[in-house]
Amino acid sequence: MTTIGERSSYVSGLGQSAVGRNLGRTEMSLTVEAITNAIADAGLRPSDIDGLVTYPAGGNGTAKGGFGGPSANAVQDAMGLRLDYYSGSSDGAAQLQALVTACMAVATGLARHVVIYRTVTESTAQTASGRRGLSLGDTELDGEMQYRLPYGALSATTWLAPLAQYHMDRFGLTREQLGQIAVVSRANAQLTPYALMRGRPMTMDDYLAARMISTPLSLFDCDIPCDASTALVISHVDTAADCPHVPVQINALGTASWGRPSWDQYEDLASFPGRGPAEHMWQRTDLTKDDVDSAHIYDGFSIIVNLWLEALGFCGTGESGAFLEGGKRISRDGELPMNTNGGQLSGGRLHGFGHLHEAALQLRGEAGERQLPRQPEVSVVTNGAGSTVGCALLTRGLA
Amino acid sequence: MTTTAARPAAPPRPLPDEDSREYWAALREHRITLQACTSCNRRRFPATPSCPYCAHPEWSEEEAAGTGTVYSYIVVHRAFDAAFAADVPYTVATVDLDGGGRMVARMDTTPAIGARVAPDFVDHPEWTELRFRDQETA
Ligand SMILES: [Zn+2]
Repeated sequence: MTTIGERSSYVSGLGQSAVGRNLGRTEMSLTVEAITNAIADAGLRPSDIDGLVTYPAGGNGTAKGGFGGPSANAVQDAMGLRLDYYSGSSDGAAQLQALVTACMAVATGLARHVVIYRTVTESTAQTASGRRGLSLGDTELDGEMQYRLPYGALSATTWLAPLAQYHMDRFGLTREQLGQIAVVSRANAQLTPYALMRGRPMTMDDYLAARMISTPLSLFDCDIPCDASTALVISHVDTAADCPHVPVQINALGTASWGRPSWDQYEDLASFPGRGPAEHMWQRTDLTKDDVDSAHIYDGFSIIVNLWLEALGFCGTGESGAFLEGGKRISRDGELPMNTNGGQLSGGRLHGFGHLHEAALQLRGEAGERQLPRQPEVSVVTNGAGSTVGCALLTRGLA
Repeated sequence: MTTTAARPAAPPRPLPDEDSREYWAALREHRITLQACTSCNRRRFPATPSCPYCAHPEWSEEEAAGTGTVYSYIVVHRAFDAAFAADVPYTVATVDLDGGGRMVARMDTTPAIGARVAPDFVDHPEWTELRFRDQETA
């Protein structure tokens, strides 16, 4: 019998900083705001926190792209925490690696209340660096980028668009079907107080008229950089009686890396490396896709959602277009409500943690105006797209 | 690195390393070499010091014809770097080479998925670029 150690952990606290464009805040200021909110939400004090984990760590600052966020070490100092465990890494199950690491710290007894956080200041950073998001001219490239960037394949858009083109050519995915991801997310964002695109509804015609970035992905297939920090407290289930909220348990994690973990060298590009963690996660639970009440699917680009839906088995390979047809199925009142906070496409690029936060909030039944009409009991969260990928199954209450 | 206003930025270029030196040197001579595992015989790309399919640490360098089939492609409309601003829109294809190995490279035309392609060699001052040419529209 496999040990499912992640079930020792539950989400006890949720915290979100201000979310916006060009907030001009430091990454530390946003991080402390989110963590302070999460600790208070859990009914705890900073002195109760004995673990701290982030993705990706680095503390590389807004000047360097605003991607990294402050290291756990730096946050410990800023908040005067006394930690028995801390860690930060970009290697592992994408952004969800922070959750995975926290669950392991809880299961081993290294810590009981672990704060995990993800901080981005990409909006401020990209504004500061002007029109050019990247500055590659006259540089020499080693590693895997030497085989991509010299050809002008400069961003994740250009690494993912071939998969979208393939789905269109071989499986008949239409722009209207793909566009349902953006359109439904935009509708959801209208109910989300922090969403960047709240107050800016979008029709399918708007979507189809947007300018192309890399064919066949257009502007609204790409997520929106923002400034924000998102934090959660992951605690041992022994403490659940003290939690002021419905505990949200970690039912199963998917952390596998099977096959070549690459944007373009994965064996079958009709699929993607997310297939490994998806299968891994389902092996660790008696729950099935039919038990899932809401899906919080990583959407750095819309096509990633198609790939995850297929990898998780909600539909077969190549069938995500038909699954999305009309958009009803993934809408708030559909059979698989998806990205209920607007996702990264319309809520803002909280980079994986927004999905995790939203899943837990919906499972608690505390999502306010945007709480799903049918209270979810089981939710799936996925993070990542290219070389690093991970997923998690969360439940309302303890099993 | 900062660029000067006096001239347009040059595109980024590869910096050959221990693993990739053979590949870039061969391209300079308008040849395509790929590593082939001496255990499972599969060709691989990019160069790695052990086989990504069976972990065997030895290989031979094989010369590939450079013909292949377009797996997929994109047309880039938004240049993310000034070095490519004059090039948009441009096509980048993912090509499965005959005999094994998958590569990403530019094409001067926009192909269909499944199109047969052949290699072209474009000499830059410091490196040589592999491009693909659509055999059906050529
Ligand atoms: Zn081999």
